[in-house]
Amino acid sequence: MVALDQLSLEVPAGCLYGLLGPNGAGKTTALRILCTLLAPDSGLVRVGGLDALSEPRAVRRLLGYVAQEVAIDKILTGRELMRLQGNLYHLPWRLSSQRIDELIELLGMADWIDRRCGSYSGGMRRRLDLAAGLLHRPQVLVLDEPTVGLDIESRAVIWAVLRQLRDGGTTVLLSSHYLEEVDALADQLAIIEAGRVIAQGAPAELKAALGGDRVTLRVREFSDAEEAERVRALLHACAGVRQVVVNQSQGYSLNLVIEHDGVVEQLRRQLSAADLPVFALAQSRPSLDDVYLQATGRTMMDAELAVAGSRDPKAERKASM
Amino acid sequence: MTISPSSSPVTSSPAPSALAEISQETLALTGRLFVQLQRRPSTLVAGVLQPLIWLVLFGALFAKAPAGLLPGGISYGRFLGAGVIVFTAFSAALNAGLPVMFDREFGFLNRLLVAPLRSRSSIVFASVLYITSLSLVQSLAIMGTAALLGYGWPGAGGLLLVLVTLLLLVFAVTALSLGLAFALPGHIELIAVIFVANLPLLFASTALAPLSFMPTWLGWLAALNPLTFAIEPIRAAYAGELSLSAVVLEAPFGTMTTATCLGVLAVLAAGLFLLIRPLLDRKLS
Repeated sequence: MVALDQLSLEVPAGCLYGLLGPNGAGKTTALRILCTLLAPDSGLVRVGGLDALSEPRAVRRLLGYVAQEVAIDKILTGRELMRLQGNLYHLPWRLSSQRIDELIELLGMADWIDRRCGSYSGGMRRRLDLAAGLLHRPQVLVLDEPTVGLDIESRAVIWAVLRQLRDGGTTVLLSSHYLEEVDALADQLAIIEAGRVIAQGAPAELKAALGGDRVTLRVREFSDAEEAERVRALLHACAGVRQVVVNQSQGYSLNLVIEHDGVVEQLRRQLSAADLPVFALAQSRPSLDDVYLQATGRTMMDAELAVAGSRDPKAERKASM
Repeated sequence: MTISPSSSPVTSSPAPSALAEISQETLALTGRLFVQLQRRPSTLVAGVLQPLIWLVLFGALFAKAPAGLLPGGISYGRFLGAGVIVFTAFSAALNAGLPVMFDREFGFLNRLLVAPLRSRSSIVFASVLYITSLSLVQSLAIMGTAALLGYGWPGAGGLLLVLVTLLLLVFAVTALSLGLAFALPGHIELIAVIFVANLPLLFASTALAPLSFMPTWLGWLAALNPLTFAIEPIRAAYAGELSLSAVVLEAPFGTMTTATCLGVLAVLAAGLFLLIRPLLDRKLS
């Protein structure tokens, strides 16, 4: 199976870089290759000027890796786990203790860090995992889906720390299938689909490049195919309307791309002239989901649903061992 | 993929020696195993009790056998002690791969693999240190109980011999078990291999009966079995022959001294260790 296909990425120093894509797009595979856990069949991997394939140990020193599935030892306390991590990165005892205390403070872990990891919630585990990844002050921090399934407080803490790290000069590379997360955090992003990069740039740039506004229109709360088609034909003829799609799964609502704000007024006039009511009309700037939709012809949600049934999590788990 | 480094300079202290780094890694990993043992002591309790039960029950099995049945005219309980010591250490070492396999399955091993370990052999060394210490505690319990049961005591020199022998055997078997933990697909398969290997290796050794009791073919097997090379020097020490040049085994292919037995174990340990090195680095090939 081909997980990555000619994937090419360049992450600038000191950048908070987002790897966005639906589950199964190949994000985790890309990060595992970068972190020297996997060797690619072909290609080049360079981190900070070092070749990760020929100098894996030097690259591991530069990298902090926070995996998607948090791997902690249930029997150890959080502090003991960090202490172990410090020794694996050859930190001297005193420096290690000092940084552990700083990270406990930074990530708000003081109340529970001396309890055994087995008793931690998902958010605590993730915070501990992030702290462990930061202990050796990596120049490049790699996080695989850092906030999946987290409570809002833990997510906020992690976002704040990632921003702080970026501001301090650390290069942060994170993967996510949350549009909102990448939009809020990333300076630069790449959208990945089926192992390839399909769009790359700053979130604002990518959205601006699409142009136009998005309008969702519902003439009734629940319309039907025939009426939707009639409205579609009507709107399609309007000047300034670029694209009209009937969204069957949303009660036959209509999705439009319009060129400027004035078009909305015009739409309302056309509809009332045709004696059609307006149940809802929402206008928005293009989102990252629209960028994705434009590039792939489907929304991220649809892409995830499409792969949800075709993946074998058990086999993938085995392969990652 | 390319990632540029951040502008901040690398905090580089003078590079510490490889030995210092390997000891730091190894001791940290060993420490983890001991913390686990301390918080889940049932393995230790069972590990000490089981060989004692062996010694008491199995040692009594032939209590009324005709005198002079065994070479040297010793009692079966006295004969058995060395076998129980070695077999206990062997079983513990054979199981050494299990925690590593679980680390693999739970993803904890990846934490070690993304770390800049000076040598992944540290993972092997940590297990060897841990199992050897554990085996030593078990052996002391066995030897103490054997002494109480009137099966003798090999003295301080004998204790040293036990330590050296166990270290070599544990190193070899631990390396093998860790190699399997990296090579096999999951813990079910590893447990199956342990299950199949464990008892036959015991029966095809001199742990339970001397070579002279066995048919020729089994005698050959037992004389080639590494367990035998560990058992016989300890047994000889119990019999009061604590010398490297003492002949401890009349194998079908010739006589073996304590020194040759230990030499074979050392070669085996080194060979298995070198053999599994590529498996440790497998993920990067």
